[in-house]
Amino acid sequence: MTNPLKKYGDARKERIDQLAAMSDGSVAVADAGTIEEAPGVSLIASAWRRLRRNPVFLTGLTITTLFIFLAVFARVIAPHDPAIGYLLDKVRPQSNPIPGPEPGFPLGADNVGRDFFSRLIVGSQQTLIVGVFATLFGLTGGLILGILAGATSGWVDSLVMRAVDVMLSIPSLLLALSISALAPRPSQWTLIIAIATVQVPVFARLLRGTMLQQRSSDHVLAARALGIKRSSIVFRHMVPNALGPVIVQATIVLATSIIDAAALSFLGLGNPDDRQPEWGQMLGQAQQFIYDDPHLAFYPAACIIIVALGFTLMGESLREALDPKSRR
Amino acid sequence: MLRFIIRRLLQMVGVMIALSLLLFLWLRSLPGGTVSAMLGERATPETRARLSKALGLDEPIWVQYVKFMGRALKGQFGASTGVLPGADAFDIFLKRFPATIELSAFAIILAVAIAIPMGYVAAKRRGSAVDNAGIVTSLVGVAIPVFFLAFLLKYFFAIKWGLLPASGRQDSINCTRVTNFFILDGLLTREFDCTWSALKHLILPAVALASIPFAVIFRITRASVLDVLDEDYVRTAEAKGLANRTIRGRHVMRNALLPVVTTIGLQVGALLAGAVLTERVFNFGGIGDTLAVSFFTRDYAVLQVLIIAAAAVFVIVNLLVDISYAVIDPRVRTR
Amino acid sequence: MTSPANDRRKGSDTAPLLTVDNLTVTFQRRGQEPFRAVDGVSFSVRPGQTVGLVGESGCGKSVTSLAIMGLLPKRGNQVTGTVDYEGTNLLTLSDDDMRDRRGKDIAMVFQDPLSSLNPVIPVGLQVTEVLERHRGIKRKDAMPMAADLLKRVGIPDPNRRIKDYPHQMSGGMRQRALIAIALACAPRLLIADEPTTALDVTIQAQILALLKELVEDTGTALIMITHDLGVVAGLCDEVNVLYGGRIVERGDRHPIFREPRHPYTNGLLGSIPRLDTVGERLTPIPGSVADNLPWDHACAFAPRCSQPVEVCTTNTPTLEESGGRALRCFNPVEVAR
Repeated sequence: MTNPLKKYGDARKERIDQLAAMSDGSVAVADAGTIEEAPGVSLIASAWRRLRRNPVFLTGLTITTLFIFLAVFARVIAPHDPAIGYLLDKVRPQSNPIPGPEPGFPLGADNVGRDFFSRLIVGSQQTLIVGVFATLFGLTGGLILGILAGATSGWVDSLVMRAVDVMLSIPSLLLALSISALAPRPSQWTLIIAIATVQVPVFARLLRGTMLQQRSSDHVLAARALGIKRSSIVFRHMVPNALGPVIVQATIVLATSIIDAAALSFLGLGNPDDRQPEWGQMLGQAQQFIYDDPHLAFYPAACIIIVALGFTLMGESLREALDPKSRR
Repeated sequence: MLRFIIRRLLQMVGVMIALSLLLFLWLRSLPGGTVSAMLGERATPETRARLSKALGLDEPIWVQYVKFMGRALKGQFGASTGVLPGADAFDIFLKRFPATIELSAFAIILAVAIAIPMGYVAAKRRGSAVDNAGIVTSLVGVAIPVFFLAFLLKYFFAIKWGLLPASGRQDSINCTRVTNFFILDGLLTREFDCTWSALKHLILPAVALASIPFAVIFRITRASVLDVLDEDYVRTAEAKGLANRTIRGRHVMRNALLPVVTTIGLQVGALLAGAVLTERVFNFGGIGDTLAVSFFTRDYAVLQVLIIAAAAVFVIVNLLVDISYAVIDPRVRTR
Repeated sequence: MTSPANDRRKGSDTAPLLTVDNLTVTFQRRGQEPFRAVDGVSFSVRPGQTVGLVGESGCGKSVTSLAIMGLLPKRGNQVTGTVDYEGTNLLTLSDDDMRDRRGKDIAMVFQDPLSSLNPVIPVGLQVTEVLERHRGIKRKDAMPMAADLLKRVGIPDPNRRIKDYPHQMSGGMRQRALIAIALACAPRLLIADEPTTALDVTIQAQILALLKELVEDTGTALIMITHDLGVVAGLCDEVNVLYGGRIVERGDRHPIFREPRHPYTNGLLGSIPRLDTVGERLTPIPGSVADNLPWDHACAFAPRCSQPVEVCTTNTPTLEESGGRALRCFNPVEVAR
C-alpha cells in the first residue's frame, strides 16, 4: 500500500509551525484554561468562586460571623453585668425561684437574680473560648502525632497509629470524663483539655491519611529525586497540601466542641464558677429548673444549636468545595 | 471465610488484653486514688496503709495486674468501693449494663431502619422533599446536644401530653428478671405486658439517642449511593435491561452499603456516650450515672468492669462489621 | 480478510435494522448555556453490518450510543429526533418497554471492563441475570448457559470462572466477560463503546478479532464507537466521522481510508503511527475541541483545520451526499491521484 497521506502531512507540519510561531492571544488563553484545573492554589480559588454563590455556605458564614462579633463585643452589647444579682431580692425559693421578665430585663433573671439576657450574650464569649481553644489544642496534638506518623514510616508510624486507634476505640465521652476526673477540681481549662484530648486522634488520623497520599504523589517524589532534605519536603511540600481537609475538620470540630462542653457540664464536670457564664454550663445548670422554667434551658440550647449549625454548615460546604470529586 | 473470622477473633483477644493493661495502668495513674476517696484527705497514715493492704493496693503494679486478670477471667472483679460500697462490681455490671445495651441497640436499629432507605431515596431523587428533609434532620441531629433533645422529647411527649412514660425502664409490675434485658425477659417468661411496658419506656430515649447515628448514617448512605449511581457497572446493569428492583438491591445497595457498614461500626463509641447522657435524662438505670460516680470515687473495680465491657462491645461490634464487610465485598475475603 | 465487494454487498441488500434520524441531544444544566452534545446525527445500520462512529473525546459519539440505548439521565438532557428499530421509535417507548428491549434486542459493551463489572458479585451471576430477566430462565439452568457463553468468548476453564469475581480476572478476560453478557440473549444489535481503549495493545487485537468473529457468526449488527481509526480499519463496513456533535464525513471503509475528503478525517489518519513511513514525523491535529466554533454560523472545525477558507468561519457547511459518501466541508482535501 502506498502512502497517499504524505503530501498532506507536509501541509499540516507547516500549519503547526505557523501556530508555534504565532503564540498569539488565543493560544495563551487556551493554556490558562488548562492550568486552572491543576490542584493547588487554583483549587482554592475555584472553590471560593463556587462557595461565594453557595447559600448553605453563606448561611454558615453569616451565623459564625455574627457569633464571633457577639462574643468579641459581648461586654459592650450586654446591658448588665452577668455576675451581679440585680433581682436577687425578688427571688423567693418557694414561690418565685426564677424572677420573670420586667423592664430592663427582657428575659427575666436566673435563680440568683442575675440578668438572663446579659448572661446569654456574655455566654457567647466563654463558649467561643471553649470551642476555639479545645479545637486548637486538639489540632496541635493531632498535628504533632499525624505529622510524626505521616512523615516517618515503619515502627514510629505503627506505634503512633495503634495508640491513636486505642484512643479512638474508647467512647469519646468516657475519655473526656476521665480526663476531667484527672483534675483535682473541674474548671474551664480541664473542660477544654478534656474536649481537646478527644479530638487529637481524629486530627492525627486525618493528617496522616492525607500525608500518606501526598507522600506517594508526583511532586513529593520529584522533590525527593532532587535530593531535597526530608524535613523540608515534609514542611514545605507535604504539610501545606495536607492542610485543606484538616481546616475543614477543624470547622466541624468547633461545633462538636461546643456541644461536648454542654454534655460535660450536664454530667457535672463543667466549670462550677459561673460568674463568667458559658452556654453549655447554663444549659447544664438549667436542668434543675427544667419543668417549671424550661426557658432557662431553652435559650442557651437554642444558641448552641444555631452556632453549632453555623459551623457545621460552613465546614460541610467547605469540604464539598475542596473535594475534587464533588465538582460535577 | 472461616479463616478470616478466626484471624479476626484472635486479633480481638489481643486488642482486649492490650486494652485491659492500658486501662489498668491509666486508672491507677489518676491522682487521688481509692484510699483517699474512701477515707478523705485527713486519714492517718496507719489507717491508709491498712486499707491499702486490705485492697491489695500496696503490691507492685504488675502483680496487681496479673492478679486482676486472673480473677477477671473468672468473672470476679472485686467489690465496689465507691458506687455501692461492698457490692460485687460484676453484679452492678450485670444489673446496669443490659439497660445501656438495650437502649443503644434499639436506637441503632431505629436509626439504620430509617436512615438507609431515606438515604437511598434522597440520593436517587436529589433535591426532592425526602432529600431536603433528610439533610435538614441530619444537620439538626448533629447540632443538637443529645441530652437536650431528650429533654425536649420528655417535656412534650411525657410531661405535657402524657403519651409515654417520663422515666424508668418499666412500670412497677411484677416481672421476672432473667437477663436484665427487660424486653427479652418479658418474651422469655411470656410476661408480655412486661415487654410492652419496657417497650413504651424505651421509645423516647431511643428516639433521642437515635438522632446521633441517624445523622451520620443518612449522610454516608446518601453520599455513597450518589457515588455508586455514577459507577459504570450500574450503567451496565441498566444496559442489560434488568428490573429496577434487581439494580437497586444487587448493584446499587450492595456496593453502597460498604462505607455505611464501616460507619455503623464507628458509631458505637458515640452511641455509648450518648446513651450515658440520655439515660440520665430518663433515669433509665444504665451505666451512665454509675460511670460518673465511679470516676469521682476512684472505684477501680466498677470502672474496670464497665470500661472493659464497653470496650468489648466496641470490639465485638467492629468484628461483626468486618465480617459483614467481608460477606458483602469479596475483595476483602480473598486478600 | 473480506474483500471490499463483500463489504459493500453486506451493506446494501437488506433493509436497515436501526435508523437514527436527526438525533439531537441537548444538555441543560442549571446556570449554564444549553449545550448540544449531539446535533442532528443520522445514520443507519443493516443486519450483519458494522458501522463505526469515529471522533475525538467530546465529539458526541458516546452520547449518541447512550441516547440510542435510552441510558441518558432524564434530568438535564433533552433528546429529539427518531431512533427507528424495525419500525419502533425507541425514543418514544416507555421506560419499562425500553427496559424490556435493552440487553435483549440491543446490547452494549462498555469501555472500561474493570469498572463496568459489578465488583461484589460473581461474574457468572452477572451473565445469568440477563438470561433470568429476558428469557425467564431459572438461575440453576442459566449457569451452564453462562459457562457456554464464557467459553464462546474465549475464557478458559469457564465452569470455574463463573464463580470468580471481576477482580480475579485479567483486563482482557473481563472485557470478554462483558461481551458474553452483551451476547447472552443474542441481541440483533450490539453497540460497542471504545471496547478496547482500556486494554493492552496485544489484548486489543484479540478482542477486536473476537468481536469480528462473533458478529460474522451471528449476523449481529454492530455499532462500533471509537477514536481509533486502526480499530475501524479492521472491523467496520461503514465509517461515520463525528466532529462537534455532527457527522462530518461518511463512507465505506476503503474509500474513506484511501481518499479522506474532510480535513478532520485526514488529520485523524495522519496522527496514526505507521510502520511503512520510517522517519516521518507524526502530525497531530493542532488544538482541542475547546477551540470549536459554534456550528450555527461556521464550521466547528475551522480553527483547527489545515486548510480553512474564508467561508468556513461565516457559513455552516451542510452534509452533501454523493456516490455513496457524505461530506460536510467547503474546502475538501483533494484526492491524491
